[in-house]
Amino acid sequence: MDWLTDNKIPLGAWMESFIDWLVGSASGFFDLISFVLETMITSMVDSIMWAPPLAVIAIVLVGVWFLHHSIGLLVFITASLLLIINMGYWEETVQTLVLVISATAFSVLIGIPIGIAAAHRSWLYTILRPILDLMQTIPTFVYLIPTLILFGLGYVPGLISTVIFAIAAPIRLTYLGVSKVPSELLEAGLAFGCTKSKLLYKVELPAAMPSIMAGITQCIMLSLSMVVVAALVGADGLGKPVIRALNTVNISQGFEAGIAIVLVAIMLDRICKTPSMRKEG
Amino acid sequence: MAVVKIEHLDIVFGNNLAKTLPLMDKGHSRDEILGMSGDVVGVQDANIEVNEGEICVLMGLSGSGKSTLLRAVNGLNKVARGRCLVKDGSDMVDMATCDEKTLRHMRTNRVSMVFQSFALMPWLTVLENVAFGLEMQGMALKDRLAKAKEQLDMVGLTQWADKKPDELSGGMRQRVGLARAFAMDTDVLLMDEPFSALDPLIRSQLQDELIELQKRLNKTIIFVSHDLDEALKIGTKIAIMESARIIQQGAPEQIVLNPATEYVEKFVAHTNPLNVLCGSALMTPLAELPKKEARFNVGENLWLALDAGQFQGVYNSEEEVASAQWAPGMRIEDMPANTVVRVDETINMRDAVEIRYHTNRPIVLENDGQCVGILSDHNFYHALLGKHFSRTETQ
Repeated sequence: MDWLTDNKIPLGAWMESFIDWLVGSASGFFDLISFVLETMITSMVDSIMWAPPLAVIAIVLVGVWFLHHSIGLLVFITASLLLIINMGYWEETVQTLVLVISATAFSVLIGIPIGIAAAHRSWLYTILRPILDLMQTIPTFVYLIPTLILFGLGYVPGLISTVIFAIAAPIRLTYLGVSKVPSELLEAGLAFGCTKSKLLYKVELPAAMPSIMAGITQCIMLSLSMVVVAALVGADGLGKPVIRALNTVNISQGFEAGIAIVLVAIMLDRICKTPSMRKEG
Repeated sequence: MAVVKIEHLDIVFGNNLAKTLPLMDKGHSRDEILGMSGDVVGVQDANIEVNEGEICVLMGLSGSGKSTLLRAVNGLNKVARGRCLVKDGSDMVDMATCDEKTLRHMRTNRVSMVFQSFALMPWLTVLENVAFGLEMQGMALKDRLAKAKEQLDMVGLTQWADKKPDELSGGMRQRVGLARAFAMDTDVLLMDEPFSALDPLIRSQLQDELIELQKRLNKTIIFVSHDLDEALKIGTKIAIMESARIIQQGAPEQIVLNPATEYVEKFVAHTNPLNVLCGSALMTPLAELPKKEARFNVGENLWLALDAGQFQGVYNSEEEVASAQWAPGMRIEDMPANTVVRVDETINMRDAVEIRYHTNRPIVLENDGQCVGILSDHNFYHALLGKHFSRTETQ
């Protein structure tokens, strides 16, 4: 037993020297990524903040109306956003939304192609599955440290951590959707002369679309659940007041920021649900 | 002119071809091969030719390899050995060895398919489903929607064009499947148990529609079925498969009357003879009739007189009995009672029974003006009891 504890395998040390090596050899590369992403997010936040909040709300309402044609939803969104402005969290809400949407966009852009590739090659999914499990189960704080070192304080480590945490959802559900396409639909596609790419765009993706959409919705929710954690590494947004409230034991501030997060979550969930999904339950 | 020609075709599912093929040549059974190499033999040494305008029905129990063989014709199943030739203009293309581009050309322009489970795209409207294959032909959107609409008219679903497939009944969905396949204007149509998933009434209705469409369009159809009555109804040629092999093929009547093996015999035992048998198979030939003073005894106190083989009259003891002639297309109800009716020997059994029912007299069969035999009650009972379909009785 003593021998076992005395001869410690330096797993942590290996990881640390790997990160050190990354910082030493590729810091320019990471700085560049960091700069580009930080600029992108801050300029998006700035441009939304530049417009009067009521105009932004109006634009959101028009968009939602085109998606859902539901008066109830419009009323709910209007009330929620006005309450958020009233509580003084408009800027934080915008920052959070931009972060969530960017993280989702990256996850989807990277995750869907990976999911499709995995569905077509069973060996790839065999490799991916433990990696995805690892990414989702390892406590987020753990990879917050290296991302912080690599990308510095600000939105970017928050964004990267969020993507790492949330990307498993679109990958898994795209994989599931594409690999569950009924074989007779694939046969029909082939029998009528589809090429490989036509088969993907005309049969596999449309057939997998409900599952892929569920993946995107899940991805948004997972991203949102990371806002508080992202605030720890300096990402602005609704997570910041929560952390501040925790540090100063401020019940009222914590409650209000919490309410704002919940409202954002409900709004995103309702907007993301496609009409057909709502019908099914 | 053969449109589809399958020669010594083997299909094997598995990865040990090098081991499996010699085992097949040595004559090992399907189960033995599965045990020895782990491969499943789908089709073994299939040889069949389908001519233009023919409906060839592949028959067999599930797992006999009929769908597997069908899928070789459009290249959905990989061929291990042998050739699967399909006509392309004046050439015959081997679907087993042709390249991707040729394969796609054949699938878009020569061979189309109808599926058992319909295989309609649930996210497309009925019209878009019918137009699906046309897009692969490279047709412009407007043209393909117009053409798809024509096809929908043909199967009587014009009003359903904008509905989604899941709003349609099973029979309607398969009509969409038919329209989608017909829209391609291919010479060859593959149908994989297209009507099996439908209830009996709709099934028989669609069979009739298919027969009508085929009269107009004259496609070459390969049809998979496990229902012999269906095969006899629509097939002009039937191939019976058992554990990966074609064990008998030929015209429907020929198979029913001369089953080659016990398996085929079991298959045909419960056939409805009214649908398949014709007069010449049923009749008692002239030579077997009792004869007295150059007249043939055709019933109780009924005597047939011939003049150099031609019908002259039927007499009972005192006088001549009324006679008439019937040809397909004439109303059977108009045949007067107590009349001896002369018909061509190719008359189908259903018509013959009905004539007998109306006239109460035996029927005289002729071939090219010559009397060849008669049909009396005994012949009908013999057939209705299925005795024609047993190998021992016909021998």
